[in-house]
Amino acid sequence: MNIQTKITGLVAVLLLSLSACSKKNDPTPDFDENNLAPLSVEFDNIVGDRTLSFNNTASLYTNAAGEKFSISLVQYFISNIKVTTASGQTYTVNPDSSYFLIKGDNEATRFANVKVPEGDYTKLTFTLGVDSLRSTMDVSKRTGVLDPGTGMDGMYWGWNAGYIFFKFEGNSSVISDDENGDPTGKKQFKYHIGGFGGYNAPTINNIKTITLDLTAGGIAKVRKDRESNIHLLVDLMKVFNGKNSFKIADHPNVMFSEYSTSVATNLSEMFRHDHTEN
Amino acid sequence: MRKKAFWIVLLCFAAFLYACKKDKVIEETVSTFLGFKKPANFPEPVYKLENNQVTEAGFLLGRSLFYEPRLSRNNTISCGSCHIQSSAFTQHGHDVSHGIDDRLGTRNSPPIMNLAWNKAFMWGGGIYDLDLQPIVPITTHEEMDENLNNVMEKLKTVSKYPTMFKAAFGTGEITTARFMKALSQFMLMCISANSKYDKVMRKEDGASFTADEQAGYELFKAKCSSCHSEPLFTDGSFRNNGLAPSTINDKGLYTATLIATDRYKFKVPSLRNLTYTAPYMHDGRFLTLNGVFDHYNAEVQATENLDPLLQKDGTLGIALSVDDRTKLTAFLKTLDDPDFITRKDLAEQ
Repeated sequence: MNIQTKITGLVAVLLLSLSACSKKNDPTPDFDENNLAPLSVEFDNIVGDRTLSFNNTASLYTNAAGEKFSISLVQYFISNIKVTTASGQTYTVNPDSSYFLIKGDNEATRFANVKVPEGDYTKLTFTLGVDSLRSTMDVSKRTGVLDPGTGMDGMYWGWNAGYIFFKFEGNSSVISDDENGDPTGKKQFKYHIGGFGGYNAPTINNIKTITLDLTAGGIAKVRKDRESNIHLLVDLMKVFNGKNSFKIADHPNVMFSEYSTSVATNLSEMFRHDHTEN
Repeated sequence: MRKKAFWIVLLCFAAFLYACKKDKVIEETVSTFLGFKKPANFPEPVYKLENNQVTEAGFLLGRSLFYEPRLSRNNTISCGSCHIQSSAFTQHGHDVSHGIDDRLGTRNSPPIMNLAWNKAFMWGGGIYDLDLQPIVPITTHEEMDENLNNVMEKLKTVSKYPTMFKAAFGTGEITTARFMKALSQFMLMCISANSKYDKVMRKEDGASFTADEQAGYELFKAKCSSCHSEPLFTDGSFRNNGLAPSTINDKGLYTATLIATDRYKFKVPSLRNLTYTAPYMHDGRFLTLNGVFDHYNAEVQATENLDPLLQKDGTLGIALSVDDRTKLTAFLKTLDDPDFITRKDLAEQ
């Protein structure tokens, strides 16, 4: 062994110990897009100050206009999840596994499970709805919940090719029995909000991007050996009581129409960060 | 001499054998699936063929699905019920199409024809990808009134389908995408490009227009071709051609876009195969070609968004004399494609 080999060996050992050292002393892992760990985002549906229960005819909810109502269906698409560290590093979840259909009556669907690099995240961004790129993609790229044929329960408009982003139905005695209300006499309200902006001519765009700061409720510490869960509350009362508040009696059915853009604005207000389980 | 006769007989026999073999080769060539072939006088297709190469197995599966009544709730209505080949894949004689339980729709069945060149589907648009179109008739209350989940389940129970899906896509799995792509493959092959007009344009078989047809062609170019442009005889646009709004006040393209300037606009239909596709317009209100001529000549209404081409110099419509109509009819007849409506490969087997 000559002196040169000895020196090289020594340097290698020193370098190794240095790198090990830096790892041990820094609790935040390096941002490595190949070092992915599990993260879940929980969409916990609530109604104002109460939990969500379906067909709650015995104990109705009351909106800001004083209208009493029950809920029979809540479903919405969450997509394009992104997380950001305090230093501003952003990771976008692989688009092929970043589409979730949250169904109010199916507990298992309340979690959007994704993989992001190990790290400490202070910001969460996601889309309510399905982006225009995916909405116009080849049918073979639209599997799982995005399958326009079999993937979801009535969350696709065939006649005006596109997904329904948010579907919310229920009943209220304030709804009239004529064509302005529910002619079947069931006093049903239906809010089917969609519209991704159109294939070639610009049409209504109700895609909403929501960004939540996690600092106050607790940052997400994503590590391989555990599963961090960002727990969000989704307040369905905001559909009526948001910035563009409205009365159920005035708008018992909102689907593909100009007015849907007003309701869609309220939908952005539904989401708030409650806490994070690390 | 005997020896010579022997050789002659042997030679004849060999020639016979050879001829025999040739026959077989010819037969094979005829039955060889040629795939999607763009007619020489057509532009490049709009459909993204690179995402769905037409294969023989895919086409055969698509044809089977096109004529499959299990696509409807009670297994009575197939695509072919309202898109009948002998009527150039329309429902001849019906103003609006009738589907399951004899329920009536609100629009006239459009032809399944040259769809590879279609930018938008349905009379009122809303669908811009052939692969997504079949969802509408399958799920519409007045048409098949079924859902895709049920369709897939039903197809799985029919023994031929897993086999056909395997032949077309490698495995027997039946998915929405495969189902749609197979239907598209069949519909893409419904190309009508063998009319007299096409033969004249391609200079095939020495075809030429008669004097009346030629005069009609000139009239067509002057009065019709800005919307019904050659060679597809539609520019694929949506326009308001001045029809009085129907009793149901169908607003056409507006329903899908909510853009005020789209109110009462409908897709410009192709003029190919007109003889087989009456009645005419989105709601089939005109039973004859003469009814259509009457409309353009004197019945165009100044409704919202009326096409500028129908109100030139403050005059509504397009003047069409009796002589014009005779010549135009002669020309329009050259757009009939008897081969298209009789081809065995597009028929229910």
